[in-house]
Order: sequence, then structure tokens, then C-alpha cells
Amino acid sequence: MFDGISIQLLMGQLLIGLINGSFYAMLSMGLAIIFGLMHVVNFAHGAQYMLGAFIAWLLLNTLGINYWGALFIAPVVVALFGIVMERLVLKPIHHLDHLYGLLATYAVTLIIEGLIRQQYGSSGLPYSSPIPGGVNLGFMFLPWYRLWVVLFSFAMCLGTWYLIEHTRLGAYLRAANENPEIVESFGINVPRMITLTYAFGVGLAGLSGVLAAPIYQVSPSMGSSLMIVIFAVVVIGGMGSIMGAILTGYLLGVVEGLTKVFYPEAANLVIFVIMILALILRPQGLFSKKEGA
Amino acid sequence: MSRYLGLAAILVLALIAPFFVYSVTLMTILVFVIFASSFNLLLGYVGLLSFGQAMFFGAAAYITGHILKTTGVSLEIALLGGTLVGAVMGFLVGLVAVRRSGIQFAMITFAIAQFVYFLLLQSEFTGGEDGMQRIPRTEIFGFIDLSDNFAFYYFVLAVTVLSIAFFYRVVHSPFGEVLKAIRDNEPRVESLGFKPDRYKLVAMTLSAGMAGLAGGLKATVFQFATLTDVSWHVSGEVIFMTLLGGLGTLTGPMVGAGIVIGLNDHLAQFGEWALISQGVILLAVILFFRRGVVGELGAFVRRYKAGGRK
Repeated sequence: MFDGISIQLLMGQLLIGLINGSFYAMLSMGLAIIFGLMHVVNFAHGAQYMLGAFIAWLLLNTLGINYWGALFIAPVVVALFGIVMERLVLKPIHHLDHLYGLLATYAVTLIIEGLIRQQYGSSGLPYSSPIPGGVNLGFMFLPWYRLWVVLFSFAMCLGTWYLIEHTRLGAYLRAANENPEIVESFGINVPRMITLTYAFGVGLAGLSGVLAAPIYQVSPSMGSSLMIVIFAVVVIGGMGSIMGAILTGYLLGVVEGLTKVFYPEAANLVIFVIMILALILRPQGLFSKKEGA
Repeated sequence: MSRYLGLAAILVLALIAPFFVYSVTLMTILVFVIFASSFNLLLGYVGLLSFGQAMFFGAAAYITGHILKTTGVSLEIALLGGTLVGAVMGFLVGLVAVRRSGIQFAMITFAIAQFVYFLLLQSEFTGGEDGMQRIPRTEIFGFIDLSDNFAFYYFVLAVTVLSIAFFYRVVHSPFGEVLKAIRDNEPRVESLGFKPDRYKLVAMTLSAGMAGLAGGLKATVFQFATLTDVSWHVSGEVIFMTLLGGLGTLTGPMVGAGIVIGLNDHLAQFGEWALISQGVILLAVILFFRRGVVGELGAFVRRYKAGGRK
């Protein structure tokens, strides 16, 4: 089975799969958190991820603020944008069918992507790696920056999961999801919690964007092409399950990488094939707790 | 009564329009009238948001083009082929997608549409990135020559009128009543002994078939088919048209298609501003005018009449 497939190729694609999987995991986790509390499918997630990368690029090229500064500043800026967006766009339509949330965030995506493309063109902008070099493991060359991305995003995923599933704050969030009136009657400001949750999810997307800038090129469409995969990931994992989103994200990244090694023609398709199979075999989602949710 | 007057006025306008406006632009509008109506059948009448309607449109454009390029059958057979392929795809996608309700239906159709996009990109017959060029426009019924755009316009118009009549029949049939009931209260429909999933599946098949017809027409109007026709931008554009025109009304998609194609024509020279303005208008429609142009006009007329009686 391994005939003709070098260990270098295999490990190289595994690493790429793990990197892609890290981004799938972080973004689908953010999407799942937002959906869990607001029942809004945040189509703008990809655009907000792209904004994070663009802000990092702008910080470096106009203010001379390096990657590590951008890693803090960009997510905060994107989160602030999220607060404004939640207040102006999502809150007024919260009482409507949740389809409108998806459509409104889609409209915002068109605006953001269009403006960025108008200003900076559609070709990718380079962002050099903040940690150049790497280590030769004998069977492959591992760039330091890629190792950093895998470790950092893994820590972010675990931390966020812990925050939501195992802390008091997370318990409020989950309770507000089940029954906002009762949580409100305990004196918790649910609308503010919704705004902050949205900002947090969006900030995560911005942070992923900064992480992605040195790996993928910074371009206006970097988010929407990723968004399609993220939708598939969330559908496979089951909506609203945070751990499900994380695990499915990593799993699909690796599966995609392996497909590139063993059957390259299907690499684009494999995630969607898995989604269709998952819908047929397990309609409620791989990791969904609720039947038919 | 006033509705029939309105439709008659639109029809008269459509009949004389090619004397004043470039007929290819008009045919584009008609193609998108059918396409937007197919989308409207799902979202406006069943409450299903198909975020991948372009897969039926684009795939049918390729299939129709392929039939015309390789067989030389008369035009209506090729269009029928495209329609059929659209319908079969709609049935298959429906089998998978109606398993999840509400918002997930949108995400699943969106993802499957991308799957279809990649499939078509990698297929030999589509010409990949280059698209399918020089699709011949054969004679209709084997003897009516429509290579001239002016004459072809009237054929496209006839197909559009028939399509609208079809949508009207579907929506105003007992079947259509069940669809609307599913949109308004699915559990209740289920408790009455209907099987909502089956109705959704049929609606999906019909809608996708009509989207396929629109795609086939598009391929014969422009005589080419490209990957753009399958892309999510086209799926989004048809959503925009329907919401702008008026969701859940038969005239809404017509008005929406007319406005959007006209807008695109005028804004084409301003590059990205066409897409940006689409986003801004769509957002305004969602936030402030959810009934769309037709719905808001209707409400205004009703208010005016009610005020006049006082």
C-alpha cells in the first residue's frame, strides 16, 4: 500500500493537514459557539478571519507593528467590529427566523470583501514568517512557525472548550442558550452576554486570521473559500457541539492531507463526500448530544 | 383584478422591450426571472433556504451545452435534458439535505454546491477553467431558426411565460397549500398526517428542475457555460434578487431579477462597487424592507386605499 509513497511526502501532507485542521477547528469552534447561543450561522466568519489577517498585514506595513503585536491587536479590533455588527445588524433581527441572521451576515461579507478588494486588489499579499527556519527531523523539515501554529491553536481550542464547558461563565452561556428568560431573572444581562459572545467568537476568527497570514497569502477571498469547508465541518460534527467542531476540524484536515497523498484527484472533494455520507449514516451529527438537533 | 392588470402590463412591456433595449440583456433578465422564481418556490413557499441553487443552474448549463455540442438535436430537446438533470440533482440533494431542518439545510446545500463545482472543474467535458465555448444554437422543433438574438428573445420570453404559469399552478394547487403550511407550521402539518419531508423533496425536485431550465437557457443565450454559473456568487445573487423583489410573491422574483441585472449592467464599470452595493442593498432589505419591492408597494397601495375610504 505504501509502495511509491515516500515518507517525506506522507509526513509533509500530514503536517499540512494538521495545519489546515487547526484552522478548521478554530473557525468551526467559533461558529459553533455563536450558533449555540444566538442560533445565527455567522456567514461573515470567513470575512472576519480575513480581516484579522489584513489588519496584521496593515499593522506591519503602515505602523511597523510586528506579528506578536498583531496577535494581540488584530483580534481585539475584529472583536470590536463584531460588537458593532451585533448591535447594528444582528440584534434588530434576532426575533425573526434565524435564516435572516445567515443572510444578513452574508450581506456583510459581500460588503467587507468588496471594500477590501476595491482598496487592495484581489491578489494575495505576502506576510513573512515571524519565526523563520525550522528543524530537520530526518524524515522531514519542520518549519518552526508551523509547529507554533499547531501548538497555539490546539491550546486555544482546549482553553475555549474548558471555558465554556467547565467554568461558571460557560454555565451561564449554556443556560442562556436553553432558557434566556430564567437566566435573565437571575440578574444576568443576557443581551450583553450575547453581544460579548459574538465578539468573542468573531475575535477568535480574527486571531485565526493573524495565525494564517504567514502561511497562506493575505487575500480578500481567503475567508470565503475556507467558509465552505467550515460549513461542511460544522454539519458533520453537529451544530452547537464545541468539542464536536474541534475534533471534526482536526480530523477532516488530516483526512484531506492523506487524500492528497493517496488519491490527489479527490482532495478537493473528500470533505464534501464525508459530509454527504455523515448525513446519510448519522443525520443528527457525529458528536451531537441531542437526537435530531 | 389589479394583479392581472399588473401582469398584463409586464407582458406588454416584455413584448415591446427588444425594440428599445439590447436583447441579450433582456434575455439575461428572463433567464434570471425563471432562476429566481425557482429559488423563491423553496424559500418563499416552503421556508427552505437553498444556498446552492447555482449548482442546478450551472450544471444544467453545461449539460445543455454538451448535448448541443455533441448531438445536434433540436434546441428544446437539449433544454429538456438540462431541466431533467437539474431535477434529478434536486431530488438527490433533497434526499440528503431535508434530513436536517432550518438553517442546516442552507449550509448543506451550500457545501454540496461546492462539491458540484469541484466535480465540474475536474470533469473533461466542461473544459475546466476555460469553460465550455461555442455552444451551437440549433433550430427549435427542427425547423425554426433562432440564431438571430431578436427572434430568440421571443422564444425565451415564451419559455419564461410558461415557467411563470407553471410556478403559479404549483403554488395555487393543493400541493402548494401544503407547502405553505409546512413553511408556517411544520409540526402541525405533520400531526395532520402529511409527511413534510416528502413534500419538501418534491418541491426541491421541481425547483431544481426549473433552475436547470434557466441554466440551459443561459447556455443557449450566451452560447457558453463557465464555472461562474456554478459558483456560490450566483447562488447568492439569486437570493439577493428574490429578497429585493419580494419573497413569497410570484411577481417579486421578476422585479428583483430586472432590477439586479439592470444594476449590474450599470455598475459593471465600477468594479467592486457592484458587489458592495449588492451587500448594502441586501442588508437594507433584511433590516428594513423584508417584504421587498413588490411587498412594500402592495402594502403601500393597501394603506392608501384604506386611508381613502375614511
